[in-house]
Amino acid sequence: MDTVIHTNKLTKRFGDFIAANEITFDVYRGEIFGFLGANGAGKTTAMRMLCGLSTPSSGTATIAGFDIYKQAEEIKKNIGYMSQKFSLYEDLTVLENIRFFGGIYGLSDRQLKEKSEQLIETLGMKSEVKKMVGSLPLGWKQKLSFSVAILHEPKIVFLDEPTGGVDPVTRRQFWDLIYEAVDSGITVFVTTHYMDEAEYCNRISMMVDGEIKALDTPAKLKQQYSVTSMDEVFYELARGAKRSE
Amino acid sequence: MRTLKFLLRKEFKQIFRNKALLPMLFVVPIMQLLILPLAADYEVKNINITIVDQDHSAYSQKLISKIMASGYFRLASYATGFNDAFDDVENDRSDLILEIPQGFERNLIRENEQQLYMAVNAINGVKANLGGTYLNRIIADYNADVRLEWVQMSKFNRLPTIEIVSSNWFNPTMNYRFYMVPGILALLVTMIGAYMCALNIVKEKEKGTIEQINVTPIKKYQFILGKLIPFWVIGIVVFTMGLFGIGWLVYGIAPIGSLLLLYAYLSVYLIAVLGLGLLISTYAETQQQAMSIAFFFMMIFILMSGLFTSIDGMPEWAYIMTKFSPITYFIEVMRMIVLKGSAFSDIKSHFLIMVGFAVSLNGWAIYNYKKTS
Repeated sequence: MDTVIHTNKLTKRFGDFIAANEITFDVYRGEIFGFLGANGAGKTTAMRMLCGLSTPSSGTATIAGFDIYKQAEEIKKNIGYMSQKFSLYEDLTVLENIRFFGGIYGLSDRQLKEKSEQLIETLGMKSEVKKMVGSLPLGWKQKLSFSVAILHEPKIVFLDEPTGGVDPVTRRQFWDLIYEAVDSGITVFVTTHYMDEAEYCNRISMMVDGEIKALDTPAKLKQQYSVTSMDEVFYELARGAKRSE
Repeated sequence: MRTLKFLLRKEFKQIFRNKALLPMLFVVPIMQLLILPLAADYEVKNINITIVDQDHSAYSQKLISKIMASGYFRLASYATGFNDAFDDVENDRSDLILEIPQGFERNLIRENEQQLYMAVNAINGVKANLGGTYLNRIIADYNADVRLEWVQMSKFNRLPTIEIVSSNWFNPTMNYRFYMVPGILALLVTMIGAYMCALNIVKEKEKGTIEQINVTPIKKYQFILGKLIPFWVIGIVVFTMGLFGIGWLVYGIAPIGSLLLLYAYLSVYLIAVLGLGLLISTYAETQQQAMSIAFFFMMIFILMSGLFTSIDGMPEWAYIMTKFSPITYFIEVMRMIVLKGSAFSDIKSHFLIMVGFAVSLNGWAIYNYKKTS
């Protein structure tokens, strides 16, 4: 199996506080990798390091075959990122956002045109194309945000709590989009607090107090902790956490 | 290049869509240029004067009418004694007291000498200072008149007098608008540059959109150019509107010097000021912080710029501080080129210093702007 993310003892310290402590794991091509943990466990910190937004204090990692320290700009060409905070431009229209982000990833005019038409078709947003993104409902924003993050066909897409605050139907639709992306060969790295979403992942890692405490398929984890649901697995692991919000 | 094109297109769209920002950029400067030069006038008129005339003679009447005819003074009241007059000052009805003592006329004729008493309300320093000076000159003038009268009457030889005739170069009518408009225009361009640029970038930080930009392969210089160019263009447009639309059409100030030189200097100046905005944005996390920092610098720059107070009159340490404010140079250059018609050789040092400001401020800002934390 191809490894697209490889980390070895990746650590981030803020003064005395160790936000991420010697994280070591691999993510393989084409899988949905669930990155779980309680609030404040260090998920976002870890993800920001992998995206090149934050420089690790120690440890090594390669993303899509590029070194996290030396080839940060190469990494950025090969990843997509959707932050916890909605971060498309609210004062630009749907189409303008798509064109802008596509454009800065170096898509040609023809590609931009084809891609944006295709994207709008998939999302069923034909009548919203000229609307300001700020006026869309949250669920639509999230779906648009995801689609824009994978517009340039990255090798890996990082999703930081992509479905926070959206209704169950939209969440279901959102996961349909994720599956489509996986089918087209994109590896998905996702953090979530919804345990039903955790079940959709191929493999799951559990972060507690800045360390990875468990890493396996959902089925094996349930077996290991002799429980029937991911909820219970999460509870078993997170119960011992000392850190909270 | 292609990336920059996308960035610029996005930036211009956002600026022109911002319903609060557009008037700030274009209407406010015009309004300020129309209002400020009229208000910011160094000439002090309407100085309230209280006169205590205890002589009630022909000579005292003549002095009073001479004072009132000067046009600088407004009679607050005639008081019967100094204490009454002082009440006026205490109640802010009067700025100056002139006391003409009893026996004014008699002493003047007989003793050839008489003292007048003048009291100045120094709460408003400028008014008091100028009022006192005006009054002194009027009295001196009056003195000369009186003397001349007697000299003629007694047919003595005329006393030699020295008369000073001054002419005001580059601003012959001493019109303060000529002096203020170029300065205020320089100030407005500065505020637009520094404030708008800083706020714009910090807004992206606040909204979190800068994160999304930072995970893309956009280069640091591309992002910064994408931010600087729009405000550089806007700065030049606003300046042009102010210079021709207001300065020329409304105030009749036609630049004497080379426009090319003026715009060349403006271009460099804007880069320096935008660099300051950029620098502020790298330190501030919220728009509120950016606003406060920018306001702090603007206050100092404006007060030390020589626009409202003369730099030459400042103490040594303040004089040195003005050298660190880019506005000082631009206001000087504006006045030199617009009013005096100075050429490049005259403003060469100003040019070099401004290039220095532009390079150091931008260099610092670029160094401090980080895509990763």
